[in-house]
Amino acid sequence: MANSQKQPVQPNRIGHTRWVRLSHWIITVSFLTLAFTGVEILMVHPRLYWGEVGNDLTPALLELPISRNYRHGGWDKTVAFFQDAGSPVSANRTYDIFNKNGWGRSLHFLAAWCFVLPGAIYLLVGLFTGHFRRNIVPRPTELNPKSFWREIVDHTRLRIRAATGGPTYGLLQKCSYFAVVFVALPLAVVSGLSMSPAITAAFPFLLRLFGGYQSARTIHFGTFVILILFLLVHVVMIIKSGFKHQMRAMTIGK
Amino acid sequence: MKTKDLITRRNLLIAGVTSVGGLLVSGCSRKLPPTYGNILRMGDTFTYGVHRALLPGESLVKEYSHRDISSFPATGTTNPGDPNHPRPSEIYRNLERGGFADWRLSIEGQVARPGSYSLAELKGFPSRTQITRHICEEGWCAIAEWTGVPLSRVLDAAGILPTARFVSFYSYDDWADCIDMLDALHPQTILAYGMNGRELSIPHGAPVRLRVERQLGYKSMKYLQRIVVRDEFDDGGKSGSIQNGWAWYIGI
Repeated sequence: MANSQKQPVQPNRIGHTRWVRLSHWIITVSFLTLAFTGVEILMVHPRLYWGEVGNDLTPALLELPISRNYRHGGWDKTVAFFQDAGSPVSANRTYDIFNKNGWGRSLHFLAAWCFVLPGAIYLLVGLFTGHFRRNIVPRPTELNPKSFWREIVDHTRLRIRAATGGPTYGLLQKCSYFAVVFVALPLAVVSGLSMSPAITAAFPFLLRLFGGYQSARTIHFGTFVILILFLLVHVVMIIKSGFKHQMRAMTIGK
Repeated sequence: MKTKDLITRRNLLIAGVTSVGGLLVSGCSRKLPPTYGNILRMGDTFTYGVHRALLPGESLVKEYSHRDISSFPATGTTNPGDPNHPRPSEIYRNLERGGFADWRLSIEGQVARPGSYSLAELKGFPSRTQITRHICEEGWCAIAEWTGVPLSRVLDAAGILPTARFVSFYSYDDWADCIDMLDALHPQTILAYGMNGRELSIPHGAPVRLRVERQLGYKSMKYLQRIVVRDEFDDGGKSGSIQNGWAWYIGI
């Protein structure tokens, strides 16, 4: 930190520091594992809901045709719990569902540890070295409609700056990194924790925060969609700005 | 002494490394589930250790009101006596024919007074009714009202010995599983014989099922047959969750 302030370096030749490169790839591998196993877990019950409760006997917000469990219809006749009309019901499942959650879930949580622990270190180091302040958080002077408009036009026409191999970043680049690091990834973690019965017993505000278990699950899926979209755009930008150069910069740091 | 040198980077590193080492060494006992060298099981055990180290042991899960009760699918085994079941239980079928009058839950192992309890005897204990959320590992959840006897009451009556650490459960549909003493003595861990104000139905685990509310649904074993109190971890062999490829601790 002291070095970079004393010796004026050309802003587009800073490169990625070693801890940024290391964090980047640990988080990449963890995220891809989380995404893969997350899709497997969703395939077992490809229905999303809002609120506290959701199951095959209650209406879904969204049903995804991503496994043979989609609308499988393998249910015995329903039996009402109570006398009154509109009573909740029970029904026996007769269908042999797709379910690989034995390894799917355990791998998801193993990857979650490999994401959360290095992710927390990344946040702390980024905060204390000034990395976030210098490179990620957009400067107030940058934040004007004109700059936004120019960058949006450039990006939609795929006029992408050639790779510098690290900071400084463009305005939209900073905004998207900021949104991923400080909004989408933390939201994925917190919504994930809100699905744990042991953790919500200890911290009941988590369920109130999301308005219930199934809302948290749906938001957890939403963060996955946002992060996958980010990943796609990120990879396109890497390719358009010089794939070889960018990969070298993020691995060996040259 | 200069106060600014109290926490140096080196000291912090040494403290961190030694405390992680301490955790690993204390992990080498039979108070933890075996991992069989499987990295997934190591992750599960790490989660268990972190939960037990950081989360308060006495916290209760949310209890809902009567109007929150929802529809509730019956999955997995829906009748152990059904001849179509992969491992049909003749004994269960006969018990069911007799209205479970001959059903008895045996309590064995590290207890001062091993024995067995009939359904009527279990109902003779002070009961607890709780409206809680059942979360299935598949991703769905449902809310129901459960009535039963707190497991801690039954364990007290049997007199658990001070060395006891785990409670194993065995079911009529040939499952074996166990929970640690913290979950076993938790006030919301009950042996449920009633659901939504009625007798527990066969699809939901008649005559008695376990409720372990701070873990996912598959820990709440249906069709209870036998309880064994143990000093050391027992994985239940081929009938247990671990050897079937599932996490033993699933509070997540």
